[in-house]
Amino acid sequence: MKTAGVDVGAKFAKVVILKDGQVIARAKMLVGFDVLKSASEVFETALKDAGLSRNDIQRVVATGMGRNTVLQKPPINADEAVSEVVADAAGAYQVVPTVKTVIDVGAEEGRGIKVEGGKVKDFVINERCAAGAGTFVEAMARALEVKVEDMGPLSIKSANTIPMNAQCCVFAESEVVSLIHSKISKEDIAKAIHDAIAGRISSMVLRVGVEKDVVLIGGCALNPGFRPPLEKELHTSIIVPDFPEYVSALGAAVIAANPMR
Amino acid sequence: MKMTQAEVKTQEYWRWPEYRRTVSEKDWRNASILTAGVDIGSVGSKATILVDGELYAYSVMRTGGVSQDTAVKVTTWALEGTDLEIGKLHYIVGTGYGRVNVPFAKKTITEIACHARGAHYIYGPTVRTVLDIGGQDCKAIRCDEKGKVLSFLMNDKCAAGTGRGLEVFADLISVPIQELGKVSLNVDQEPSPVSNTCVIFAKAESLALLRQGWPKERVAAAYHAAMADRIVDLLTRVGIEKDFVITGGVAKNTGIVQRLERILKIKPLEPKMDPILAGALGAGLFAKALYEKEQGLR
Amino acid sequence: MKAHYGYKDGSGDYFIIVDTDKCNGCGKCVEACPYHVLELIPNEYDIEGGTMAVVKEEHRKKIKYSCAPCKPVAGERKLPCVLACEPRAITHSW
Repeated sequence: MKTAGVDVGAKFAKVVILKDGQVIARAKMLVGFDVLKSASEVFETALKDAGLSRNDIQRVVATGMGRNTVLQKPPINADEAVSEVVADAAGAYQVVPTVKTVIDVGAEEGRGIKVEGGKVKDFVINERCAAGAGTFVEAMARALEVKVEDMGPLSIKSANTIPMNAQCCVFAESEVVSLIHSKISKEDIAKAIHDAIAGRISSMVLRVGVEKDVVLIGGCALNPGFRPPLEKELHTSIIVPDFPEYVSALGAAVIAANPMR
Repeated sequence: MKMTQAEVKTQEYWRWPEYRRTVSEKDWRNASILTAGVDIGSVGSKATILVDGELYAYSVMRTGGVSQDTAVKVTTWALEGTDLEIGKLHYIVGTGYGRVNVPFAKKTITEIACHARGAHYIYGPTVRTVLDIGGQDCKAIRCDEKGKVLSFLMNDKCAAGTGRGLEVFADLISVPIQELGKVSLNVDQEPSPVSNTCVIFAKAESLALLRQGWPKERVAAAYHAAMADRIVDLLTRVGIEKDFVITGGVAKNTGIVQRLERILKIKPLEPKMDPILAGALGAGLFAKALYEKEQGLR
Repeated sequence: MKAHYGYKDGSGDYFIIVDTDKCNGCGKCVEACPYHVLELIPNEYDIEGGTMAVVKEEHRKKIKYSCAPCKPVAGERKLPCVLACEPRAITHSW
């Protein structure tokens, strides 16, 4: 059985194609002004990689902020749309069957999910505040004049803890500038930024309770500077699976393969 | 401190002009009580010099990196040209963002209390609701006929609904911040507001609108509409009772003021002097009261 | 006087409200809070003086996060600060 999961996020659209429980293709692309167009393009790319056409796919499930954009719209023609929380749980369970807590941090939203047997038990969403998700790291990278992908590696080099007062992206940018003027090193500032966002995410996850195994997914999981402060705040080790940004799309594909769930 | 055109190579749209003024003809040498109020905000710093409880001179400038230095600068500047020196002042009260940033102040009083007091001075004793839209925060204050605070709400986490949000926007559409309000009113029909809860998202939405071909005026209107909506939300939490007044730098933005009036259906009172001075004025007035108490004159 | 400490952002409205007319400055809420969010300061709004409970400055702009651990998604909600306050001066808006 071949299914596909399409995760139309705030920043990236991700597609996973599943054949009898095995991932046979993955693709991701930036979402432009025309959401449907971007999602469709990345879908076509994944199909091409797998050497398949849309007709070969029995069922497509969509998730993410823009999931309704592709619901029953060609060429994707998603059969069903599920919430990110449900997709996250299914995807995390697929890659780490012992998962009990999922932390998903994307571009604009952060989620904490309690999972039992692959199903959602409790969840908390940190919605639409740029300081709670990936947008914060990007904005701070600009203020630091550093490439986004260098933020994590920089932060790991620091052993210092400098608290950040600003809670808003806009004010944090000014704070970073004044930290630079105070001759604080970029490594220390990068760490402060990661500590700040980890503090916010972990206090939200505490609302669902932390139980092992804890799995971190979403685009931010690709950032090596994310896990250490989160582990410190939550006093537990955290698993980051391969291709963490695709886990939600994978979950959607898994759900597509098991419609009776 | 005075902005010269030569100083800026490319125009910084967010940089509002700094200024000082002497507003009274009084001779301070004949006065009994000379006080000063210094309000160090996170974005703007203000100093007022009061002669027997009446506004004599003031200055408004951008808060620099070291707020203690700014405190000295803004106070000295307010005195410039008056041949009155700091040493001759009987009592100075500091206020503003964070605890003590005015090292030479005898006392620090919370900005909420100072704003209520200053609003009464600027607008009169009928004031019952004060909305202060500052550079980095937004305050809603309910007070009684004496200017005593009955209830307040302060929102200082978020750039949305603050002057800082407007600065970001001025930069985005390349319009000097002093003209932003006027520009936003230059529309035939009010467009739908952009996100009112996050400047980052509002900025992204505004960019998309500009790309779609919306004129600057329309995008400005959408942003101002969002900001007004958000402010009303916060005001409603403490409740609004007439007379309603607006203080803080953003009180000079007609785009916000008119929209607030439209939504609340209450006309805010017209200020008799610069509303950005409310905090510093209140501080200066408290300074007078405290001095009188100290001297046993009360 | 009702003092609202907190903010509204993209995800919602979060305010801790202290009614200083009811607050007797006993400080039980300060002790009860496991995250040291509250403190007692002199009451500057009342000529009577005395002390009043406030949200510490550094917590005002992140109150959602500071209080999050006391607000579990599942299970009973027991806010230590609210429970500790006899005159019922303190409330949470969320």
